[in-house]
Amino acid sequence: MLDSRFSNISVLVPGEGFSPIGAGFKDDTSDKKVNLGAGVYRDDNALPWLLPVVKKVEETLMQDPDRDHEYLPVDGLASFISLARDLVLDLASDASLIARIASIQTVSGTGANHLAARFLAESLKPQRVWFPDPTWVNHKLLWSLVGDVQQSFYPYFDPVSRDIQFDNMITTLENEATAGDVILLHACAHNPTGVDPSRIQWEKIADLCERKQLFPLFDCAYQGFATGNVDDDAWAIRHFFRRGTLEIGIAQSFSKNFGLYGERVGAFHLVTNSPQAAAKSRIQLMILQGGEISTPPAYGAKIVAAVLGDADLRRDWEADLTTMTSRLKNMRQALYGELTKLATPGNWDYLISQIGMFSYLGLTKEQINALGIKYHIYAYSTGRISISGLTPKNISYVALAIDSVVREV
Amino acid sequence: MSQLAATSFPADLVPQAPEDPLFGLMAAYRADPFEKKIDLGIGAYRDDNAKPWVLPVVKKADAILRDDPTVNHEYLPIAGLPAFTSAAAKLILGANSAAISDKRVHSIQTISGTGAVHLGALFLSKFYPGKPTVYFSNPTWANHNQIFSNVHLPIATYPYFSKATKGLDFTGMKRAISDAPNHSIILLHACAHNPTGVDPTQEQWKELAILLREKSHFPFFDCAYQGFASGDLAKDAWAVRYFVEQGFELCIAQSFAKNFGLYGERAGCFHFVTSAGAEAQKTISRIGSQLAILQRSEISNPPAYGARIASLILNDEALFKEWEANLRTMSGRIIDMRKALRSKLEELGTPGTWNHITDQIGMFSFTGLSEKQVLELRDVAHVYMTKNGRISMAGLNTGNVEYFAKAVDRYVQVTILQLEVYMRGLFSRYHPEADLCSSSSTVLQKLLLTYLILRELANPNSFLVSLEKRRNFNK
Repeated sequence: MLDSRFSNISVLVPGEGFSPIGAGFKDDTSDKKVNLGAGVYRDDNALPWLLPVVKKVEETLMQDPDRDHEYLPVDGLASFISLARDLVLDLASDASLIARIASIQTVSGTGANHLAARFLAESLKPQRVWFPDPTWVNHKLLWSLVGDVQQSFYPYFDPVSRDIQFDNMITTLENEATAGDVILLHACAHNPTGVDPSRIQWEKIADLCERKQLFPLFDCAYQGFATGNVDDDAWAIRHFFRRGTLEIGIAQSFSKNFGLYGERVGAFHLVTNSPQAAAKSRIQLMILQGGEISTPPAYGAKIVAAVLGDADLRRDWEADLTTMTSRLKNMRQALYGELTKLATPGNWDYLISQIGMFSYLGLTKEQINALGIKYHIYAYSTGRISISGLTPKNISYVALAIDSVVREV
Repeated sequence: MSQLAATSFPADLVPQAPEDPLFGLMAAYRADPFEKKIDLGIGAYRDDNAKPWVLPVVKKADAILRDDPTVNHEYLPIAGLPAFTSAAAKLILGANSAAISDKRVHSIQTISGTGAVHLGALFLSKFYPGKPTVYFSNPTWANHNQIFSNVHLPIATYPYFSKATKGLDFTGMKRAISDAPNHSIILLHACAHNPTGVDPTQEQWKELAILLREKSHFPFFDCAYQGFASGDLAKDAWAVRYFVEQGFELCIAQSFAKNFGLYGERAGCFHFVTSAGAEAQKTISRIGSQLAILQRSEISNPPAYGARIASLILNDEALFKEWEANLRTMSGRIIDMRKALRSKLEELGTPGTWNHITDQIGMFSFTGLSEKQVLELRDVAHVYMTKNGRISMAGLNTGNVEYFAKAVDRYVQVTILQLEVYMRGLFSRYHPEADLCSSSSTVLQKLLLTYLILRELANPNSFLVSLEKRRNFNK
């Protein structure tokens, strides 16, 4: 019998964000249970929703006699990469602009964020990476893995006003950020707060990046999923790009806007100032990706490429986006209406001004716990709820439960 | 609009990286207009018509999944599809594996074999005590170097391929593994070694196990060809299972790219097996938690599609049997091509010995050709292989094996002729009285000439260079 070399490694206790909501919800036998934790879209019956356009394309792909499972190139499916790039950036087929961009298919948004972090840590060697406070629970973990980049938070969400504490944000970065720092920005539908900067605020952030020579890294996981309009949702990224003065990175996910979650479809785009830099960066990105996964998964990328590459299918997709975003808007409106009717203490306006799948209810940990234990309603202990867990059937129940815990806990 | 600032990615921070070797090869092949060109560079199975082959059982499973209303695109758990990872563990370790029943195995779904090697490498780089060096065979799969360097683990090689015998340099291999510091990480190919096709025998594996135990080395198995090598799943897993039975703590990177033909869908699994003991289950639990963190930090969760297909097949008795038949089809065709190539070369009387073609196993064969010769074969015969002289048997078929054999034969003959010309030149310089053409030339001189030529077939570059140097020196 041999001793293990690994006798002394510790168990990592998952942090706050990793609280096993899924497990708690799954084991709950109550028929009233509601899952407000998962960051996935659900339909009016609380079921996963296969986008009709995705179903259509899958059937077409199945019928194709030339279909195979061959390896993609290291940087992924060529048609997917350019279509993904053209979805987020309005390039108007300008070859000189395209030449300055290095794009690569990744293992969804996580893979894009990871590859971006590795590449930037090694090439840019930033002193710090700045995250909005709060941010997606995985950002910190992801950047911790890639090297010695200090992590800092810039003020973002004001829990009192439920808005962006914009002046604080700008002042902090103005005073503390140094040239070459990476600033992580959520392109739209900020996760977890649902609060996005206004267009004027975006312009000021871009000004700041120019002044302080910061490197903006956009996490773009909800294009089309925030407002239902892909161009509106990409406004911030395109504004930064159009300035022509900034090199930027874009980590792009197709999990939510195509409902392709588990198929891991994503891309990373690096906009540089010269075609030479783009060409070299592209090869370096391929080397990093090659040494970790060889080539990215084909199935989901083929679906996205088929949709984005066909005008009719693209229209179908936009209709599906409207279905999802209107349902979420309706649920926001409905919850707001119920809480207003109940005269639940607090200001619930933010529910309809915030955008996307998530909202910060502003409940305390004890209140969230009570929601789970007493009412079988599961949400993150941070107070983030997923609007997609709401349905016409459970909305009054959820409103009543929130009302109770706000008054009693 | 203000002037574009200089890039943040200048050459000294982002230097020109070397292009992917396979990429250049594929591009050159595609651009070649020659009708009879042969692609022996591909790492994917091809049928007798040189086409990709979707396994019939995979097509079947795909259709079943399409019709299953419970199948969707939801996220898999961080560790992947449980039905897939447990079936994958049984496949490599054996359904009756004590390690599995003892719960000493942690399995996590990965981005195919590369993802599994990477995850294992990353885990070891962070948690293996001391600063271990990873030893892998010379040669090995082109990407191993990149994967271990990517996580900043020091690497070294052990001799593996003998150019002289075109078989295993077992003495050299053992010596290097013995000379390595204790507690090194030893990367081993479970079967069908890539790129040589040369595997240790069972007796040799047993000797290696003794040696690794003596040195307290950590075995890291790369298993990309189970079932694809011999057509027999248990046979191809013998080495891995033997080491597990011998009580080693080890890890396994398992790919389903070739044996399921799922290449681009990236279906793979990483298994960590700890030795039996009171703490085994706790150890596995701790290791599993750390692997989950690493996975979460890089990909969150693995891709569902390929794993679902493999899982369905592995867990269904009838589909599993069909899969085994498909495996025999692929490995059978490869073995047929090996036999055909060898017999054609022997038929043509091509100088040299060709038994290594059928002694070697799996998709690849190491020809022993130098980079210079590989490029010459490309130019002269429009035959494409990787620069290290590796050919993919899957690229051969009944339509092109004869052409390939003739190309090799012509090339070897031409090379001998060239060498003969050089040798005659050299001989006449030093022995102007020797008349190698005349019938009175001694048998000894002819034998010497033949010996030198055959020796050079093993390593012509250096000989020709040294000949050139000597000629220039004597001018």
